Amino acid sequence: MTSGATHTPRVAVVTFPGSQDDRDAVLALGALGAQAVPVWHADEELPDVGAVVIPGGFSYGDYLRAGAIARFSPAMEGVARFAADGGLVLGICNGFQILCEAGLLPGTLRPNVSLSFVCRDVALRVERTDTPFTSRCSPGQSLVIPVKHGEGCWYGDDDLVSDLEENSQILLRYDGDNPNGSVADVAGVINREGNVMGLMPHPEHAVDSLLGSPDGALLLASMLDAVRERAAALV
Amino acid sequence: MRVSVLVRPKAGILDPQGEAVEGSLRKLGFSVSEARVGRVIDLEVESGSADEARTQVDQMCHKLLANPLIESYEIELHD
Repeated sequence: MTSGATHTPRVAVVTFPGSQDDRDAVLALGALGAQAVPVWHADEELPDVGAVVIPGGFSYGDYLRAGAIARFSPAMEGVARFAADGGLVLGICNGFQILCEAGLLPGTLRPNVSLSFVCRDVALRVERTDTPFTSRCSPGQSLVIPVKHGEGCWYGDDDLVSDLEENSQILLRYDGDNPNGSVADVAGVINREGNVMGLMPHPEHAVDSLLGSPDGALLLASMLDAVRERAAALV
Repeated sequence: MRVSVLVRPKAGILDPQGEAVEGSLRKLGFSVSEARVGRVIDLEVESGSADEARTQVDQMCHKLLANPLIESYEIELHD
């Protein structure tokens, strides 16, 4: 048995046809001390892992709507079961779109209001730090993390937005510069149960100052802390 | 049976594509307003009757073809 402190978190990274950021996610998780376990979209069973990352890209070419086809892949059925059992799931960019299409996260992602693909660093405000994905952040902290998407305009109707506000499910908001026109400046949300999070910015591209910002590492390392804590609780 | 599904952005939902199209049409001198851009999906559906085809396609729309949060859809059955 390993103690929580020495436990090496195992994190599945799902690759779909058209995924692009799976390898960066694997590298970033490895750099933060985790063991990334690649999962192919056709795999029906998830390996034994403490968390799952659904990476960015253009799964199945973004045909129909971004994430609409990927959500029915065999791997996503395993992810849905994992999430239903309380497992930690982080969706980044296309992964966020997939989780919304799958109904694991509220709202949906639409084409950017500008109709232009945006690729730049943006500032994000951390709204909550009592979650497995933001525990290393301080309340109200501003993070610099890049976005790169054409369909990142999060949308929820008024009822949904007030519901999310009431339950503090909006974890990250664009701070001053909203790159896609998302409602309520939403950049990242968490499910009601607090174990599934999605965000449009790419924390895996911002894990070292050499990459422009190390702030993304705070989110990923928070998740790894949570995996270690859960493992320690089982010992 | 040939079936067409028309998927549209719901009323009240911002449609930047529609706005861009409208702006272009105006520049070309056309007098238009409220352009909305949706999508058409043509299908060949195996079914015993028109009702059965409609029911099947309705399920397809719910599960995959339309996102009920932002889109409405219309099913057209052809002979």
